[in-house]
Amino acid sequence: MSHTNAEITEGIRAKAAELLSSGEVAVFLGFIEGSIPMTLRPFVARRPEDAERFVWNSFCVMNLANYLPSLLKSLEPPRGLRDPVPAGPLPKVGVVATGCWSRNIVVQMQERQVDRKRLVILGVSSRGMVDRKKVMAMTGGREIFKVEEGEHTLKISGSDYGLEIDRWSVVRDNCKSCVHPDPVIFDYKIGPDSNRKADDRFAQIEVIEAMTVDERWAWFKNEIASCIRCYACRNACPLCYCPTCFVDDSRPQWVGKSIDPTDTALFHILRAFHCAGRCTDCGACESACPMGIKMRLFTKKLEKDVFELFGVEAGLDPLIQPPLVTYRPDDPQGFVIIKEKNKA
Amino acid sequence: MACREIASVDWEPRIVAFLCNWCSYAGADLAGVSRFQYPPSIRIIRVPCSGCISPNMILDALKAGADGVLVSGCHPGDCHYISGNLYARRRFALFKNFLEFIGIEPGRVNFSWVSASEGGQFADVVKEVTGLVKALGPQKRLVKGIGG
Repeated sequence: MSHTNAEITEGIRAKAAELLSSGEVAVFLGFIEGSIPMTLRPFVARRPEDAERFVWNSFCVMNLANYLPSLLKSLEPPRGLRDPVPAGPLPKVGVVATGCWSRNIVVQMQERQVDRKRLVILGVSSRGMVDRKKVMAMTGGREIFKVEEGEHTLKISGSDYGLEIDRWSVVRDNCKSCVHPDPVIFDYKIGPDSNRKADDRFAQIEVIEAMTVDERWAWFKNEIASCIRCYACRNACPLCYCPTCFVDDSRPQWVGKSIDPTDTALFHILRAFHCAGRCTDCGACESACPMGIKMRLFTKKLEKDVFELFGVEAGLDPLIQPPLVTYRPDDPQGFVIIKEKNKA
Repeated sequence: MACREIASVDWEPRIVAFLCNWCSYAGADLAGVSRFQYPPSIRIIRVPCSGCISPNMILDALKAGADGVLVSGCHPGDCHYISGNLYARRRFALFKNFLEFIGIEPGRVNFSWVSASEGGQFADVVKEVTGLVKALGPQKRLVKGIGG
């Protein structure tokens, strides 16, 4: 394990144990080792001794903010829809947060899904997480038994081979174009600041924008062709918490439930659009996708437009409104058909 | 809409128009009573406000076989509900860009502001939208059953 990861792992374990034993938090949310290499699982520690199981490495790809609204609710005494909030402070949740996860927490605060007073955020600067699929592509289909992380390398080993690869070459695309690797809100900070800032933030989007309409349609169709409609992208997303999802509506049925290309296209268009102005490009959707669809590019395009048209980035300030629930009188409207007044 | 004509000389586009009750629908009404001529290509759906049009509804029209969509509301500042069209403007700016990004031709989905006194402008907008959609031909990319 690399020096930085070991330091952060120790820091998370110590802080989580301290918060749990002092009773400041009821539960602590982090990652523990999964059952197969390169797969970590989110874990809710309830006792101080559970904190020993927490780990930190480059495979913490899922977004912990996803679990917060339901976890907070599960700690409240059960109550009906119209019952008042119980008097007195409610139990708190401790959570680890990198740059994008902390921005998701800010979005959830803006949308009243979490209460900042009930969170204890342990900030960690992200070095960029590794894309499991990129590593697997490098082994030529051979099974991976073990992956050890060094400072700048990954040692992969299987039954009859060993491989050392450059860590940065398999880092996820969204981490490579990340401009906010440091947490924006936190109560405690572990490890050093990351001191990295991508300069080609929207380069991937500009490549697609430069294509013709027909090429873009071919790209889009091809990208979603393998979608099996498992909704893993939706379930991994910390922005998805509608009680009834638009794909489950039956009257009107906005999106059919088949894997007809049109239904799949509509699902991806609407899923991406629901994240407009809220997505922090954490990449959890893409990491969760079993078919390797790069659906992050759809939300990235919306992120770019929100930034360029309205000058807003999601999740930086808990006190402002998300861009699509507010407006300015001078918003751009170049796309609107405006006819000259008729000479009557 | 099961039986679809292929593009031919006398093919006329079918355009679903979502018109706001307070301005554009009245504008369309005025165009009618003023006897302004415009192409018979639009099917009007009257809605309370352009702010209530979600991308779901636009895509639903395209899915059902519409060749184009027009959403029209009050001019910014004139909304019956004070600011519905201003929210809509942000939403549509993003949505139109996004549709073009994934390869839906520019011109399929259109937006305009038409007030209740602008019958002539309404006719002009319909003429322009019909021209745009006609130039593109039948919409096939998002029609369920023949999509792609």
